[in-house]
Amino acid sequence: METSNPPAGSGDVPRSAVTGARSEVILRVNGTTYTLAVDHRSTLLDVLRERLDLIGAKKGCDHGQCGACTVLVDGWRANSCLLLAVAQDGRHVTTVEGLSDGQRLHPLQEAFVERDALQCGYCTPGQICSALGVLREAADGHPSHVTPYDADPGGTVDLTADEIRERMSGNLCRCGAYPRIVEAVADAGDRIRDGRPGDTGAGS
Amino acid sequence: MKQFGYVRAGSVAEAVRIAGEEPDARFLGGGTNLVDLMKLGVATPRLLVDVSRLPLDRIEELPDGGLRIGATVRNSVLAADPAVRDRYPVLSQALLSGASGQLRNTATTGGNLLQRTRCAYFQDAAKPCNKRAPGTGCPAREGAHRDLAVLGHSEHCVATQPSDMAVALAALDATVHLHGPDGERSVPATDFHRLPGDRPEQDTEIRRGELITAVELPPARPGGNSRYRKARDRASFAFALVSVAAVLDVHEGAVRHAALAYGGLAHRPWRARAAEAVLHGASATEDTFARAADAELAAARPLRENGFKVALARNLTVGVLAGLAGSAARA
Ligand SMILES: Cc1cc2nc3c(=O)[nH]c(=O)nc-3n(C[C@H](O)[C@H](O)[C@H](O)COP(=O)(O)OP(=O)(O)OC[C@H]3O[C@@H](n4cnc5c(N)ncnc54)[C@H](O)[C@@H]3O)c2cc1C
Ligand code: SF4
Ligand code: FES
Ligand code: FES
Repeated sequence: METSNPPAGSGDVPRSAVTGARSEVILRVNGTTYTLAVDHRSTLLDVLRERLDLIGAKKGCDHGQCGACTVLVDGWRANSCLLLAVAQDGRHVTTVEGLSDGQRLHPLQEAFVERDALQCGYCTPGQICSALGVLREAADGHPSHVTPYDADPGGTVDLTADEIRERMSGNLCRCGAYPRIVEAVADAGDRIRDGRPGDTGAGS
Repeated sequence: MKQFGYVRAGSVAEAVRIAGEEPDARFLGGGTNLVDLMKLGVATPRLLVDVSRLPLDRIEELPDGGLRIGATVRNSVLAADPAVRDRYPVLSQALLSGASGQLRNTATTGGNLLQRTRCAYFQDAAKPCNKRAPGTGCPAREGAHRDLAVLGHSEHCVATQPSDMAVALAALDATVHLHGPDGERSVPATDFHRLPGDRPEQDTEIRRGELITAVELPPARPGGNSRYRKARDRASFAFALVSVAAVLDVHEGAVRHAALAYGGLAHRPWRARAAEAVLHGASATEDTFARAADAELAAARPLRENGFKVALARNLTVGVLAGLAGSAARA
């Protein structure tokens, strides 16, 4: 028999929530709201791929080491293989499927195509979602390991090739398309900064 | 993965109460370590108490000039915080040297402090390991231990503490605030992680059911500067072989204050008191820095494959302190 729990919230917690193996969650994925009962063991990656048919995010390592499963949660890039779906209740999730506006590819997708920044393509959805996070983090002035110590904490970060390589280090590419990926991310950064179509917060 | 219950706590009191009722409960922060270990069968909680949305996500100024960092502040937010970057650069740098952008966006302050060792035997549920299964032995001692401890290890365990952030917190004399079934208490960051001794299953001084609520930093030393330097097998996205967190205040060529902690060398962030004793009052030269490192590393007992860490730690120490002294001289 299946036991389903209401999403656990504040206040008094019913004992069933503590002992059950499934809970109901609301996930807002690429603008669509889904209400579904999930096994507590399910990761967000598995729910996206197996329940919602969103197979863009890939399972490479399943341990946070490769970045193929990268999606954005409330605008922040994250490894969906390490996120329990039940813990994402109410969150906005953006996957690679949510980036284009239906007519036009997102500037990052365009740049990946133009620069031929892939071979087999397995890592590409994760690379693109990660890059979207990188553009936003740089615009918000978030430093990286290679940002000069004396950089202005209030300013945006200039995405040099070194910055892009460091910030994208959570995304592995077994085909070694790295040089073109760096170029594509730089191109997209320039385009978005110059106000050409698309923005860094598409999708949710 | 074994089945488990899940509940999202609405308050600190509720989290502590619910966890207290179930002996096999674990708190869930970002889950980047716990979920990984559950997939590996290393962690088998019956209940997860999700604390990631507790209102502990603030970084607040303290009246004495220090900083209070809530337990659910994300690693990336903490690293980017202007006050941290300005007054505690070693902390920002340590965080940014760890994991990946995706992981730092998810990982919390509390979870980062309690992440478990990356010793390969610990992570393989089919292998013996005193830390995971007390009394089964320590295969790392004779086996693969290149990445493991050279200081403070015991016959029972030679694992290293993996958090970069924890090393910076040890150098900064931070305090860890806890809330448990018996109330609140605080533990200095330098004492929070343990040495393995004959109880390697216990990584830290935290007690059953205790929740980390915050980490507090004392006021930054005026005139002091700080830095984190990490040596690893690749340029990014790798755990430390050796890392150094250093705070240095040089006045008229002499060391007025120095705090030094090592990562990658021991079962806890290794606060280098012997090195600090050499540094205090001495002239800020590379010779002094090398003598300080040697004083500390004299206690090292490397294993068959990790003797390189001693020389690496020495060189990193000299490099980091010389860099800090140099920027002080230029300022
Ligand atoms: C591929 C990979 C590479 C990595 N590289 C690095 C690296 O180079 N440097 C580095 O420092 N780290 C690295 N990490 C580790 C990462 O920093 C940790 O996984 C992360 O900081 C853990 O935080 P979390 O919030 O996700 O913890 P969780 O996984 O949620 O929790 C970890 C532990 O803390 C407990 N816990 C969580 N919050 C609290 C609380 N408030 N009170 C009490 N207990 C709590 C949990 O029960 C669990 O036991 C890496 C991780 C991965 C997967
Ligand atoms: S070093 Fe510690 S964690 Fe590693 S196998 Fe030995 S007991 Fe286990
Ligand atoms: S599948 Fe998630 S990081 Fe590899
Ligand atoms: S394009 Fe094949 S893994 Fe990156």
